[in-house]
Amino acid sequence: MGVHAKQAGAVAAGLTIPTLVLADWGINMPAGVTATSNDIYGLHMTILWICIAIGAVVFGVMFWSIFAHRKSKGHKPAHFHEHPLVEVVWTVIPLLILVIMAIPATATLVDMYDTTESDIDIKVTGYQWKWHYDYIDEEFGFFSALTTPRDQIYNRTAKGEHYLLEVDNEMVIPVGKKVRLLLTANDVIHSWWVPEFGVKKDAIPGFINEAWTRVDVPGVYRGQCTELCGKDHAFMPIVVRAVPEAEYLAWVDEQKAAAETERELTQKDWTMAELMERGEGVYARACAACHQADGSGLPPAFPALKASALVTGPADGHLEVVVNGVSGTAMQAFGGQLSEADLAAVITYERNAWGNNTGDMVTPKQVFDFKNQ
Amino acid sequence: MSAVIDDHTQEHDHGPAGGITRWLLTTNHKDIGTMYLIFSFSMFLLGGTFAMVIRAELFYPGLQIVEPEFFNQMTTMHGLVMVFGAVMPAFVGLANWMIPLMIGAPDMALPRMNNWSFWLLPCAFLILVSTLFMSGGGPNFGWTFYAPLSTTYGPPSTTFFIFAIHIMGVSSIMGAINVIATVLNLRAPGMTLMKMPLFVWTWLITAFLLIAVMPVLAGVVTMMLMDINFGTSFFDASGGGDPVLFQHVFWFFGHPEVYIMILPAFGAVSQIIPAFSRKRLFGYASMVYATGAIALLSFLVWAHHMFTVGIPVAGQLFFMYATMLIAVPTGVKVFNWVATMFRGALTFEAPMLFAIAFVILFTIGGFSGLMLAISPADFQYHDTYFVVAHFHYVLVPGAIFGIFASAYYWLPKWTGYMYDESLAKAHFWMSFIGMNLAFFPMHFLGLAGMPRRIPDYALQFADFNMISSIGAFMFGATQILFLLIVVKCARGGVAAAAKPWEGAEGLEWTVPSPAPYHTFTTPPVVE
Amino acid sequence: MPTQQSYYVPAQSKWPIIATVGLGTTLYGAAMIMVNSTQGDSTAVSWLVFAVGSLIMAYMLFGWFGTVIKESRSGLYSSQMDRSFRWGMSWFIFSEVMFFGAFFGALFYARVFAVPWLGGEGDRGSSNMLWEGFQATWPLLANPDPEAYPSPSAIIGPWGLPLVNTILLVTSSLTVTLAHHGMKQGNRRKLKIWLAATIVLALAFLFFQVEEYVHAYTELGLTLTSGIYGTTFFMLTGFHGVHVFLGTLMLTIMFIRIHKGHFSAEQHFGFEAASWYWHFVDVVWLGLFIFVYVI
Ligand code: HEA
Ligand code: HEA
Ligand code: HEC
Ligand code: CUA
Ligand SMILES: [Cu+2]
Repeated sequence: MGVHAKQAGAVAAGLTIPTLVLADWGINMPAGVTATSNDIYGLHMTILWICIAIGAVVFGVMFWSIFAHRKSKGHKPAHFHEHPLVEVVWTVIPLLILVIMAIPATATLVDMYDTTESDIDIKVTGYQWKWHYDYIDEEFGFFSALTTPRDQIYNRTAKGEHYLLEVDNEMVIPVGKKVRLLLTANDVIHSWWVPEFGVKKDAIPGFINEAWTRVDVPGVYRGQCTELCGKDHAFMPIVVRAVPEAEYLAWVDEQKAAAETERELTQKDWTMAELMERGEGVYARACAACHQADGSGLPPAFPALKASALVTGPADGHLEVVVNGVSGTAMQAFGGQLSEADLAAVITYERNAWGNNTGDMVTPKQVFDFKNQ
Repeated sequence: MSAVIDDHTQEHDHGPAGGITRWLLTTNHKDIGTMYLIFSFSMFLLGGTFAMVIRAELFYPGLQIVEPEFFNQMTTMHGLVMVFGAVMPAFVGLANWMIPLMIGAPDMALPRMNNWSFWLLPCAFLILVSTLFMSGGGPNFGWTFYAPLSTTYGPPSTTFFIFAIHIMGVSSIMGAINVIATVLNLRAPGMTLMKMPLFVWTWLITAFLLIAVMPVLAGVVTMMLMDINFGTSFFDASGGGDPVLFQHVFWFFGHPEVYIMILPAFGAVSQIIPAFSRKRLFGYASMVYATGAIALLSFLVWAHHMFTVGIPVAGQLFFMYATMLIAVPTGVKVFNWVATMFRGALTFEAPMLFAIAFVILFTIGGFSGLMLAISPADFQYHDTYFVVAHFHYVLVPGAIFGIFASAYYWLPKWTGYMYDESLAKAHFWMSFIGMNLAFFPMHFLGLAGMPRRIPDYALQFADFNMISSIGAFMFGATQILFLLIVVKCARGGVAAAAKPWEGAEGLEWTVPSPAPYHTFTTPPVVE
Repeated sequence: MPTQQSYYVPAQSKWPIIATVGLGTTLYGAAMIMVNSTQGDSTAVSWLVFAVGSLIMAYMLFGWFGTVIKESRSGLYSSQMDRSFRWGMSWFIFSEVMFFGAFFGALFYARVFAVPWLGGEGDRGSSNMLWEGFQATWPLLANPDPEAYPSPSAIIGPWGLPLVNTILLVTSSLTVTLAHHGMKQGNRRKLKIWLAATIVLALAFLFFQVEEYVHAYTELGLTLTSGIYGTTFFMLTGFHGVHVFLGTLMLTIMFIRIHKGHFSAEQHFGFEAASWYWHFVDVVWLGLFIFVYVI
């Protein structure tokens, strides 16, 4: 076997060089910025090398046969067709290799499952097609949706640097703290993934999954939803900004204050123009994905709002659908997602845009009363 | 029904009937096998066309050719058509043609049911494909149709999709029962189980898998049907159900299903490699036991598709270990093939080329499978193109190359003519290059973080996607050549001897080429 | 080791293609009915399609089985053919076992995992955050969201009708075995009496089952839509009921054939297949009785 072993060695060397070079091109798994992601990276590389080594041996022998034992070279076939010892050996050795792989894998896995003793808890809810982050200890929360303009997606303008991986409101976490994620979903299954954290966990409607991460390096980290969740599955990215703790605390205070101002908007007296303007923005952010920017929808899955009998009918029916949703369909209950001001604005907008000239104005107070009737 | 000259003038000794009724009403395993193969190839073209739409859209970042809704339908239909329409029927076709010839049986055990199994398939796919034209579009929730995307949020056509799956299930179960009954009951005298060709063995075990898991698939789509139309709450937490229940039941079917798509290819390759190595298969008995072990283990590993859904850690570990174990019997097979080639007298006709590529590329796919099996690492790989790369490596150069190898190996027996060897070699090399170009970069894409089932992607994935698409177009276009080769071979050429391959062994080579319409009406005796 | 006599390979047959058209039309019609009625459209045409499909299926079943019976009676089937049928039937029953397995699996999963998790127990107990106040119990008498799935007021206890039904089915398994003995002894009278008894027991079972459903729907609020308990309860017992019905049909056909003088003490696979099926239905019931009603 001496010759074959050498042959195999040569093939192995041949295989490793391109892999090393390719690794520099940034096509390998990122090692990431958490202990977990580093462990995973280590596991990944270990298995990869083991597989490459086994491949080198197996293919080495095979190529040797292809090269040396061909009929055209006058090679005469041997007659052996079994060899119990060899067969036992090549059953046992892979088994041992597997055991060697399983040990670090088990340790990493157990560690990944340990969500106890967290410093911060964030509830993450997947919606068609955006994320909601709820800082449950601090009592504020917000949606986070894609900001890449349609024009870039449809190739009408040049694509930006973070094409498809940019959001309006980033999730912010402090570095060095154990953050526990409580993942769930509102409609279908989504999956929350940030490669550099080594965290991927499904968000399942009706259930909560737990995951955790502790980020060591400040920075902005990007990921995507990784479970097919309908038409805009490709368009619900995740952006997490990890910042030093002081910065984080300042941000938390800011968020709380913002939430307060938002609540005050309900009391404000609104004009039609103000509502329409605000409504257009809300509509583009929250509704256009399904009902389309021009209100034409994508029937039959998503009805048109333009000239819809419901939208141009009495305001209460319209409020009912938007605030409480239509259960069992993709039409969510926006009552809990949008502020009164936003709801009023978007409803007013829908009732007056695209030729739906009802002239009605729905105020935040009306929405507030509707919600609390 | 003109009687053919034959010394056993029995009731069934007639030649093929004329016209369309020959095919519609036939009970002949060769006719039915041919129909299965033709059907399968047309589905391969259809599923491939869907794949071309996917690859065309992914050629550049941005949305240019299709809208996301339609893209999702393409992904879904591509998966479904390839799995249920191309690969499975191809193997059933090979089984129909070859099993009776290999074990010396006059036909399949239940010939009329055989015909029904076949005709149900076009019926099922007619319904499936018709959903694309229904309002709301066809299935758009992936070939794995996870609830609640496929139930509460599915398009109206989902109900039709469910019934199409039911019909495919009926077809597969009956086909599998037929195979088992044939193998267990119609072997020629002297053909003991441990003398059966490996292709027959792998099919016997595949048939067992089919009968065990197709009803489970029928069960899970029935649950969907009830949730959609009759208000049950299998997959809805508000009623105490769980969307993840769907995944458990689906993958209990789904994992054995992937072995259903590879075991017959293992069998075929185990016929072909010895033939062109001119040397007996190494480790026949261990091949049989390894196949059995793979089949049994395949029932215990389903949750490796669900590592990220949050199964308790003990379950996670169990499924990781069990999955890793499958590498052992599969390794035995790979080593046996290599040992068969080792010190043989090799020639490299098209079947052998495809078989060798099968061994190498399937093993690469197996390696990535093993990487996926490492649960912590799968948290990174899951639902990325790394998985897509994995399963195309086991399916395209695995299942599909296995089918090509078998087709070239047995074409002379089917048609009575030799295929054009140089065209076949061209087919091989272009497929080989195209396929690797299409699917190898997907490993990189996945590792770099590209999720699957997306019509548009971030800019860092652009280059490899373009390479992949070019490879895919090349691979796809090459398959037209295969069609040409087969048609040419069926229409004439150099007549094939009863045994056109020097090193081939088995009963199928004892009958003339093309195999007469009825063979082994008197069973041969195996020493 | 199988020995080979001449194995009967039937000539061309029109039945499979008719069966394909029949099954396809029936199911297409069924899907049309469901989709149109959910969308509030008219279902008249759908029912027509469904009816046409069903008629074709019925025609096919009579024709196909009729052909097989004729062939069998004209002595075309060797004992080897008989073995093919035996293998066929056994594996078919195995496939049915797996089908029920899926539903038993769903029951087991809901009970052992999903419902406790929703109620705050076990690995994913934090799910209870989403369902404040929800308590895990089995049987589940208060659903997580009673507005979406109205909870049942009570469930069906095992020791009333279900016990009676258990006794009926177990007895019927016994009687069908007695009938089989009669067949093997060539004792036609014994055969007929015990087979008739089996059919009567089967009908009684079905009658009580329907009664139980009516009770559940009208008095207990236990329905398909009353959450996971009702879902698994009706799906398991319902599919079982359908199988009992099919089994009864098979036994009845056997009874008619026996009346016509079919079968002999040696050759009676048709009858045996029906009795195998019957035993299978019985065993499934025992599983149901234990896992759905008792535990
Ligand atoms: C023919 C089909 C086929 C085959 C044969 C396999 C074979 C294997 N598959 Fe694959 N798989 C699929 C088809 C297939 N798979 C499909 C379609 C999916 C995706 C479904 C979807 O989500 O859409 C999938 C997904 C999939 C996943 C889920 C990934 C994810 O979604 O995150 C996993 C995880 O464990 C996995 C593992 C394996 C393993 C361990 C094998 C093993 O059987 C491989 C064993 C072979 C070898 C290992 C190589 C040879 C062995 C040696 C040379 C011996 C020595 C080796 C060592 C000791 C390392 N597969
Ligand atoms: C046996 C199964 C099988 C086979 C053979 C293939 C073959 C191919 N597959 Fe696929 N594939 C799956 C099974 C299979 N696939 C499954 C199960 C999925 C998952 C689906 C899901 O996520 O739900 C998937 C998903 C999948 C994706 C990911 C989609 C996504 O995540 O959005 C992609 C992307 O490139 C892809 C590509 C291809 C290509 C290019 C081929 C090529 O090999 C096809 C080549 C064949 C032809 C092209 C046909 C022949 C030629 C013609 C008809 C002439 C016309 C030719 C030209 C115009 C060039 N497949
Ligand atoms: C995820 C997809 C989705 C989003 C986002 C969405 N909707 Fe809808 N909407 C639907 C669907 C689906 C329906 C149809 C429900 C049904 O079947 O009755 C619907 C129905 C409606 C209707 C009733 C239309 C009619 O004619 O019956 C109104 C009004 C409406 N939506 C308003 C909104 C507003 C306002 C927003 C944003 C704040 C919004 N929708 C966001 C999916 C969506
Ligand atoms: Cu959300 Cu994909
Ligand atoms: Cu699997």
